[in-house]
Amino acid sequence: MLRPPLSRGGHRGGRGVAQSRGLFDVAILKVALRGSVVKLDPRVQIRNPVMFVVLVGTGGTLAEAILHPSVFTWSITCWLFLTVLFANFAEAMAEGRGKAQADTLRRTRSETKARRLRADGSEELVPSAQLATGDLVVCEAGDLIPSDGEVIEGIASVDESAITGESAPVIRESGGDRSAVTGGTRVLSDRIVVRISAAAGNTFLDRMIALVEGANRQRTPNEIALSILLAALTVIFIPVVVSLYPFASYAHSPVSVVVLISLLVCLIPTTIGALLSAIGIAGMDRLVQRNVLAMSGRAVEAAGDVQTLLLDKTGTITLGNRMAAAFHPVAGCPERELAAAALLSSLADETPEGRSIVTLARERHDLAPTSAPSAAHFVPFSATTRMSGLDLPGRQVRKGAADAVRGWVTEQGGSIPADLEPAVQRLAAEGATPLVVADGPRVLGVVELKDVVKPGIRARFEELRQAGIRTVMITGDNPLTAATIAREAGVDDFLAEATPETKMRLIREEQEGGKLVAMTGDGTNDAPALAQADVGLAMNTGTQAAKEAGNMVDLDSSPTKLIDVVAVGKQLLITRGALTTFSIANDVAKYFAIVPALFASSYPQLQALNIMRLHSPQSAVLSAVIFNALVIVALIPLALRGVRWRPSSAAAILRRNLLIYGLGGVVTPFLGIKLIDLLLTALHAY
Amino acid sequence: MQFALTLLLLAAVLALSWRFLGSYLEAVYSGRVRWLSGAERVAYRLLGVDPGREQRWREYAVSLALFSGASLLFTYALLRLQGQLPLNPQHLGAVSPLLSWNTAVSFLTNTNWQNYAGETTMSYLSQMAALTVQQFTSAAVGMAVAISLVRGFSRAGASTIGNFWVDTVRGCLYVLLPIAFVTGAVFVAQGAVQTLAGPVLIHDALNGATQLIPRGPVGFMESIKQLGTNGGGFFNANGADPLENPTQLTNLLSVALLLCIPVALTYTFGKMVGSRRQGLALLAAMGLIFAVWTGFTGYAESQPNPAVAAAGVVAQPQGNMEGKEVRFGVLDSTLYDVASTQTSTGSVDSTPDSYTPMGGFGLLTGMMLGEITPGGAGSGLYTLLLFAIVAVFIGGLMVGRTPEYLGKKIQAREVKLASLGVLVMPVAVLVITGIATALPAGRAGAFNSGPHGFTEILYALTSQGNNNGSAFAGLNGNTAFYNLAGGIDMLVGRFGVMLPVLALAGALAGKQAVPVSLGTFRTDNATFVVLLLGVILIVGGLTFFPALSLGPLLEQLSHGRFF
Repeated sequence: MLRPPLSRGGHRGGRGVAQSRGLFDVAILKVALRGSVVKLDPRVQIRNPVMFVVLVGTGGTLAEAILHPSVFTWSITCWLFLTVLFANFAEAMAEGRGKAQADTLRRTRSETKARRLRADGSEELVPSAQLATGDLVVCEAGDLIPSDGEVIEGIASVDESAITGESAPVIRESGGDRSAVTGGTRVLSDRIVVRISAAAGNTFLDRMIALVEGANRQRTPNEIALSILLAALTVIFIPVVVSLYPFASYAHSPVSVVVLISLLVCLIPTTIGALLSAIGIAGMDRLVQRNVLAMSGRAVEAAGDVQTLLLDKTGTITLGNRMAAAFHPVAGCPERELAAAALLSSLADETPEGRSIVTLARERHDLAPTSAPSAAHFVPFSATTRMSGLDLPGRQVRKGAADAVRGWVTEQGGSIPADLEPAVQRLAAEGATPLVVADGPRVLGVVELKDVVKPGIRARFEELRQAGIRTVMITGDNPLTAATIAREAGVDDFLAEATPETKMRLIREEQEGGKLVAMTGDGTNDAPALAQADVGLAMNTGTQAAKEAGNMVDLDSSPTKLIDVVAVGKQLLITRGALTTFSIANDVAKYFAIVPALFASSYPQLQALNIMRLHSPQSAVLSAVIFNALVIVALIPLALRGVRWRPSSAAAILRRNLLIYGLGGVVTPFLGIKLIDLLLTALHAY
Repeated sequence: MQFALTLLLLAAVLALSWRFLGSYLEAVYSGRVRWLSGAERVAYRLLGVDPGREQRWREYAVSLALFSGASLLFTYALLRLQGQLPLNPQHLGAVSPLLSWNTAVSFLTNTNWQNYAGETTMSYLSQMAALTVQQFTSAAVGMAVAISLVRGFSRAGASTIGNFWVDTVRGCLYVLLPIAFVTGAVFVAQGAVQTLAGPVLIHDALNGATQLIPRGPVGFMESIKQLGTNGGGFFNANGADPLENPTQLTNLLSVALLLCIPVALTYTFGKMVGSRRQGLALLAAMGLIFAVWTGFTGYAESQPNPAVAAAGVVAQPQGNMEGKEVRFGVLDSTLYDVASTQTSTGSVDSTPDSYTPMGGFGLLTGMMLGEITPGGAGSGLYTLLLFAIVAVFIGGLMVGRTPEYLGKKIQAREVKLASLGVLVMPVAVLVITGIATALPAGRAGAFNSGPHGFTEILYALTSQGNNNGSAFAGLNGNTAFYNLAGGIDMLVGRFGVMLPVLALAGALAGKQAVPVSLGTFRTDNATFVVLLLGVILIVGGLTFFPALSLGPLLEQLSHGRFF
């Protein structure tokens, strides 16, 4: 199975849409059983040429069984019919799992009244179905948000568990990248005004239901290509079998139509033909279980082809925020004094960086104060001053960007120690952020803030490299800093000082080289790049624009999810390839079971080809047909779960799968058919 | 011991031709070879072709169709009118319409199936202007189509795949003509006949018998017959006739000639796509099957012939010598026939009809695999590439990426065209054989009854469907039914594959190449060769298993032994 995702913390199975179900959930089984009969409709069957041939063949043996009834003809007819049913069952089973999830979602979509704002500012109550795009609605604590939209006024905490399965509320506010709200979620506190962006029936939830349910599932490009190959492999065997009729009559060895039909069904690729659509549906389903919604199956397939992953540094490669790692005093200042000043300046600083300085000062130097003196005045960080600190009566402590603090010190008549600049340069070169601390006109030293690379990420990137996937770290940091982290994390490349434009350029460059690119994004300014990327995974916390632009949405908003998405895409293709190989390889044994049986009465010499030593011609044919039907059922779990993929080189994966599904596909039916033949003989069926 | 030396010599010659002829071919088709540019320019002026203008695949296919149509008409007309034309010392009359049709199609499609005996049917003019000309052009066309497919792989974002007229002219002028001329001289020097003086009457005073010895322009036809993987000889006895294949040296030269272009093209392929290993992988797949089949057939023929043994001759120390020349013996004869059935040549120096059932099985199945080991001049490479695409598609899925071959993504269109190209031959062969065995006209052709008779029919139609031309013998092919059905079989087997190949070339040339990474499915290593062999044997070969079980397999088992 798959490696546990890095986003384990953010991956909460069992709630909301992310339900993982047992393979043989009783409710789904019931739906699937009904589906396998409903799907017998020839109009449904003709869409799958392989199984359609089986259905037509069953009609032929049925006619033969009615005209010349015998235990043999009836047994063959029943098992051929079961073959069709089993194929339907596999597909119905995969669909059933999606439908069950859609039902869970549908329950959250109840008819609500919306408080629409009139032009004059007064409110009116309208059914949410009547809302049009552009309408403004008011939502207060306890209200269900009637439709998708954007917060244009106010800030609120929202419970999005209905779609994400995450019970902790999230903040939604006007402006910025967290303005999108989803219909069907509930406001927990405060009041917001939402501009509706999706009309009823076309909301995110509606589309999600349709997707999960596979209502209008389009066959993906690769699935179409494989269907063509399977159709060709079906077409080729029709003359093989039909021509046997004149051949046999030339050889004065008439063959029975029932046996010829059995041979045809056994030779055409029924195993993969029966499971093909189930594999596709199950692939989408596996993504949903990882809380990722793909807007099309095409995107899932593209994920398997991705050769370049653009990963945001923060959250994916490093642990969110930078942490204080060391104090570097300058101009002979004792380290403890520097630590004390840094602590003082950070006491009221609630940013993660500020708190990490407090923690470091306490741990390293056993400094005690826990809160700022009462007379203190906190100076918060601002983009213009790029400093923060504390004003005490007669004393001002600051920490901040090197040039900002330098300017501030010079302004107060202080001098800059000669060893400051080298220390700052050295830290920056190492990829750390130097924060200079000054006490009035005196520069005390530098606090080193460092990115902490997530444990295990280096190994993960190494695996991806083995699988031929290039990782590119995207960061707003300067090139020096970026290079250090890139080296530490083991990514293949990095994009420093990234802007939406440079990201876009990078994607274009990669694509011009023929590579497929995947990226994550959440902001409105990410939207063009998300749209350009072959796989654009938008964060659910992101803006509506980002979600519209990408072709997948991650409900957990976990940046590492991209790696899981690639794995699911690969698994989908591998499962198809493996079962195709298995299906084709099976033919070898079936030839050896049926061909000697075909002419057994006229040419007993051909029993030399009966290398499995099957009991009788009839038991040989029946065993092959039964094996052919049962193998479909046996492989349903594999089709739904997918063949495992572990990042490693293509050569290693191919060798392994060729051994299991190629060689295994040749050997298994020899054993299986022999076993069934022994059983039939033991039961005195023949 | 001597046979080991033969094999060693053959391997050395093929290795040299792989390396040097292969790279020469690349230079020829990329236009860098210019030593006959004067003659080349004359040819373009006569054809009215602008050699600088490349063609899209449809234009290429239309040119191919026009040229083939014209060739067919020309050959047909010449055979029909030979009685009124010069160079006819035996005063042979017009060839019958249906036989002319079958023969014209046969030489057009590089099949060289012969429902006639050359020395008693064809005038010297027909042999030279109708048949030998086609032996050059059909081989050149096959190579041109193969090269255009390789261009599909080596180009990116291109709309054109080369120029049919240029490729065909260059193939004839720079490759086939010079090699055929030099080796033709060797045949003549070794004793193959080359004259326009007509047959001679020899009076054997000792036995009091008078014999008419047919002669003709044989030696130089012999070289292109092998080099172009054509197989149609001047005499009915083909390579078993001492006037056509006089010595052991010419016997070995024949085998080397018919293998050299198909083998060399794998090097050309590798060079054009920028990786010799890619070509080597294809050669390995070809070579493995060829080696196994040669060993198998050689072993089968080294056994006593069961039918002869049943007639009372138990001691057959040299193996099955029925239908074989004492000059060559069992192993050299088998090597010749295996090489010619696996290259779509079809020339013989021993009679397949007289092979042991399993020996005949070896020859028959060599053709059934689709003529890819190494196959005909050009046709071997392009047909193998179709199998490679199917193998890449199945194998590529198994590594979890949209399959790609040489950087080109294999998607719906490519799969469609490749499967079409792969299934045309077995469908044509099985359907037409089915019709032949169902109709009295078809059944009447076979000299034998039972499984051997069935093999005779199956062999004839397999040979024509694969454009091989190897005759099992034992089947009277010069009947209305077989002339007509065989002609259709040959046309479908040739152009039914060529057209999808050209369409594929166009589709591939237009694609951008995906860069290679560790996640790329490698097509130049042993794993791929195994996968490719699996696809060839299971998808290609096993489709004939039920039919084979009623032919050679049944015959072998009926003699009571099976190995």
